[in-house]
Amino acid sequence: MTAEAIDAPVTEASATKVCAIKATGLTKWFGEGEAKTTAVKDVNLETWFGEMVYIVGPSGSGKTTLLSILSGILKPNAGTVTVEGTDIWHLSGDKLADFRLNKIGFVFQDYHLFPRLTTAENVAIPLILRRKSWHDALIEAKKYLEIVGLASRADLPPVKLSGGEQQRVAIARAIAGQPDILVLDEPTASLDGDTGHAIVSFVKKNILNDKRCILIVTHDSRITELATRILKMEDGRLTGWEKGGDQ
Amino acid sequence: MRGILSLAYKLLVNDKAKFTALLVGITFAVFLMVAMTSLFAGVLNRASATVINLGANVWIMDPSVQTVANTIGMPDYVLDAARSMDGVDYAVPVYSGGALVKLADGTWQSVNVVGLDDTSLFGRPPLIQGKIEDIYGENAFIVVKDTEFPKMGNPRIGTEFELNDHRGVIVGIATVASSGLFGVPTLYTTYERALQYIPNPRFTISYVLVKRRTPGDITRIKQQARALGYLALTKDEFMDKISAFYMFQTGLGMNLLIMTVMSFIVGLSISGQTFYTFILENLEKFGALKAIGAKSRELILMILFQASFTALTGFGLGVGLCALVIYIAKLRLPDYAAVIAWWNLYLALVMVVIIAAVSSYVGVRKVLRVEPFDIFRG
Repeated sequence: MTAEAIDAPVTEASATKVCAIKATGLTKWFGEGEAKTTAVKDVNLETWFGEMVYIVGPSGSGKTTLLSILSGILKPNAGTVTVEGTDIWHLSGDKLADFRLNKIGFVFQDYHLFPRLTTAENVAIPLILRRKSWHDALIEAKKYLEIVGLASRADLPPVKLSGGEQQRVAIARAIAGQPDILVLDEPTASLDGDTGHAIVSFVKKNILNDKRCILIVTHDSRITELATRILKMEDGRLTGWEKGGDQ
Repeated sequence: MRGILSLAYKLLVNDKAKFTALLVGITFAVFLMVAMTSLFAGVLNRASATVINLGANVWIMDPSVQTVANTIGMPDYVLDAARSMDGVDYAVPVYSGGALVKLADGTWQSVNVVGLDDTSLFGRPPLIQGKIEDIYGENAFIVVKDTEFPKMGNPRIGTEFELNDHRGVIVGIATVASSGLFGVPTLYTTYERALQYIPNPRFTISYVLVKRRTPGDITRIKQQARALGYLALTKDEFMDKISAFYMFQTGLGMNLLIMTVMSFIVGLSISGQTFYTFILENLEKFGALKAIGAKSRELILMILFQASFTALTGFGLGVGLCALVIYIAKLRLPDYAAVIAWWNLYLALVMVVIIAAVSSYVGVRKVLRVEPFDIFRG
């Protein structure tokens, strides 16, 4: 399937929705010479506010690499990524960091919560990086913990929480900065089926809105019904798409 | 910014095991460094005890004098010349020398005898028993009640002894600011009696003690003394000269330097290694912070703060521990010569700052190299 075919349904949607991310000609390789491996090959895509897009594919297909490029973490060798009109890979180091802080919310596969901090302190981190005082950030963090249903766990360290609860703390941390784009890497990988489904359902119901776009890398077929669109990757290329369960 | 520092603080102190190991390392290093250097400071302080206790502004001496105990007699005309120097308010002779006394129980004891100017008694110590005018009495001596006092048989007023077949009698008990280095009791008497009791070479003035009129007169006094072929030093300069002798001409300084460097290496090794492990264990978390949007300079600030906080806390604990040990040691061992001087603290602080800087540098390099993408890849 060609890149044009993948982009086609998005163009239909553009009549009513606002573009969140536009990627053109993205290519990323690692290594040099014989060791050179191309992880992402000439990828073009657009995502829109209000949609929850899955990127699916087998291991090694370049999903996480693509997600990293789109979220301003990994610089592509070629191509551009435009977020709300800004070509993010032309930003300086500090401005790119500010972009990630203000526009992107990350939920890492292993959560990467700080075990020595309380749950509320973990959620407060993006707010602290935005120069909020420790006290104000903690108060605000507790509001986000309320959103994910963990207000009563605010003072516990993450290690005292279950996997699902830790995932929700990671989500609370990701949305604490009110990002326009939420990026989740394999959000159900460490969870049992029911919990994983419940978490993604929760995100769709409570976090997704018309001013936010959610990108999820997953290979969990149990949650496909929750997606707006599903982009398929194989061998570094986008090979197709399908509508998610809510279309 | 305070929020980021609070975050760094929490990440550091909440990891109690690592934080304790870091503190123990730095505290131990500071303790060793301060203990070594304070012992040296104590030795130097005691080596200058006579200079401290007599308290003269300016000392005139033979240029070959290295320490206050190593006196070289000067002829009487030096005293007369000093009294006529511009800028001199007054000048008095002082005698300082060693002698053997025979105690009432028949034992012999080395003593240091200080002979004060008969007229002015300049440099006399404050008395805790007896009257100063009794020093003019027959065979009169004042004994200093310091850590060596018991070696005189814990004398009281009226206690007698023999010095070179002369009868000596204690007429007063005094206190002084600093005890001597060589572990012998100190007796004060008049200059003339000291010369009379102790066999002496032809020239008998150990030092001429000078009271200058104004601080600006010191340079002129030095010039005039130099013209005579003698050396005039301020109290501090004389103490520095004595310190320099012990530091550079006795091997004491080199031994101290070696011990201090070893303490520093121990501290650097323990703290550097522990801090490096701390950074390594948190490397993924720093990568996550980078991904979330923390700037490199913010991460550097966090690491610098963590290293500085640990270093300064360890410095405080190390100095406190050393002060406590010295205090306890002095209660049990009155002769224990250790003094925590400002330079001990500055030296230890500089060493600790170096430890913190090296530890931070290693941590910063590691954190700056971590790629947020590695966090994504897992």
